[in-house]
Amino acid sequence: MMSARSRLSTATLLGLCKDPMLDIQKLKVVYGTGHLRVDAVKDVSFHVEAGAAYGLVGESGSGKSTVLRAICGLAPISAGQVFVDGKEVKEPRDKAFYRTVQMVFQDPYASLHPRHTVDRTLSEPLAIHGERDAEVRILQALREVGLGPSFRFRYPHQLSGGQRQRIAIARALILRPKVLLLDEPTSALDASVQAEILNLLDELRRKMGLTYILVSHDLAVVAHLCERLLVMRHGEGVEETTAVALRTGRASNAYTQELIEASRGFSRDTVKTASAAL
Amino acid sequence: MAGAPPLPQPSGLQAWLLSSEPASRWQARLGRGYLGWRAFTKNPLAVLGLAIVILLVLVAILAPLIAPYSPVAGGDLRTERLLPPSGTFWFGTDDQGRDIFSRVVYGSRITLWVVMLVAVIATPIGVMIGTVAGYHGGWIDTVLMRITDIFLAFPRLILALAFVAALGPGIENAIIAISITSWPPYARIARAETLTIRNSDFIAAVKLQGASTPRIIFGHVIPLCISSVIVRVTLDMAGIILTAAGLGFLGLGAQPPMPEWGAMVATGRNYLIDQWWVAAMPGLAIFVVSLGFNLLGDGLRDVLDPKAAK
Repeated sequence: MMSARSRLSTATLLGLCKDPMLDIQKLKVVYGTGHLRVDAVKDVSFHVEAGAAYGLVGESGSGKSTVLRAICGLAPISAGQVFVDGKEVKEPRDKAFYRTVQMVFQDPYASLHPRHTVDRTLSEPLAIHGERDAEVRILQALREVGLGPSFRFRYPHQLSGGQRQRIAIARALILRPKVLLLDEPTSALDASVQAEILNLLDELRRKMGLTYILVSHDLAVVAHLCERLLVMRHGEGVEETTAVALRTGRASNAYTQELIEASRGFSRDTVKTASAAL
Repeated sequence: MAGAPPLPQPSGLQAWLLSSEPASRWQARLGRGYLGWRAFTKNPLAVLGLAIVILLVLVAILAPLIAPYSPVAGGDLRTERLLPPSGTFWFGTDDQGRDIFSRVVYGSRITLWVVMLVAVIATPIGVMIGTVAGYHGGWIDTVLMRITDIFLAFPRLILALAFVAALGPGIENAIIAISITSWPPYARIARAETLTIRNSDFIAAVKLQGASTPRIIFGHVIPLCISSVIVRVTLDMAGIILTAAGLGFLGLGAQPPMPEWGAMVATGRNYLIDQWWVAAMPGLAIFVVSLGFNLLGDGLRDVLDPKAAK
């Protein structure tokens, strides 16, 4: 608590930002009890300023996606606090929360209802929140993600992976949220489409002043989109660093250094060192 | 794109239906329906089943126009009793001198009535209980599924017999009895489908839009379970018709002089050796209609539920 407060005041003093849009303090997520108990997330704290993009990086099972799911209520908050726009989130989340925070899922093949047209998918959030002029807003949402009105009445099986992910982004943005949680939004897509989606996300953030939390195991993706990031391992935050440090290969933590090495892919030196060690 | 394979000579309507860029909700829906219809018509037996079911519906609607005689008024017992099939009496006459063809034609109304009511009563009960249990999980699931197990543990005909015995014989009570005993399998299927859907991302996505539980169940879960339930209901129709006929045969369903097929078979039992047509004609009708529903159900399964097809 103390450390979080002092860190906050330092940030304010330095004039780096206004109040953080998202503040996570000592978040814990625990599944099961007894010998089945799994501590998916242990004491993770970070904060994101309005309009910033924050990365969560780590290997599979490091708890990075669970942090996202805990923020939006798909995973339980076992301890700690989550503040969105200065207000602590309630259990269960209210409609105002869902208007502020939206999520884009990893697999665009699984995140769209297979029997609903694009039109239905996009009009659902508007209907839930009693929004008017659905017609205009749906066409506008399609335009924002670079799709024309011809896509409006297609079913998901008539769309490619990249188009589906664009629809998923349009669905997340149609309620005009302030925070977008991105759970590996490009990992299910092939390389060229990945770049398109990343550029789209980058552009949308600047245009709409969105705040992003991006979860990825791909350091290049995080370095491209985010300013700051948290490296996670075994449910704990290992090191908070910046994208600049990542790009230049400077990392104070050994595990982060290891990840950077791994992201450079296959290198003869790594293999040589490894075989020398054997 | 992926949805529209190239066709040899697409006519205007076909091209419109198969358009990968539908211009309206209706075009998208019709296009989808058309693709399903094309898959369905590839199976000639399924089309035969559909034809039989449509024929049943037409005969039931047009019964007064088709039937040459009254189904209930008896004929002259000296000259018109137990006549074999002929040009005058196509299916022969029964022990009351009534035209069996007319009775079979009017009997289709009762059969259709039973089938429709059972479908309308049992399907929603089964789907609601199954999806609610599957979606909520926990104690709601346990309670609902144990109730389902209790109903499943009763043999259908015996429970129907007990109900009819308690409520009194009659076609309405037979329908209620059959409905009460036929929903548990639908609940099971709906629950199993719901369990596979409830943790999917698209349900999580609609939850994150703030959707209420009824909205998720009705708008997002049920549309995905309904097709396998429809297939099962259609396949069950034959069993329902047979159960209704069985209750009629035992004198617990439709009461005389209603031209119910099962009851007609029961009267024919006394003359089975010498006047075979009295039992055989309504029996044939039961057989053809049951077969029709079974073939239709098989075809629907291939279209709606590709997972279950072999």
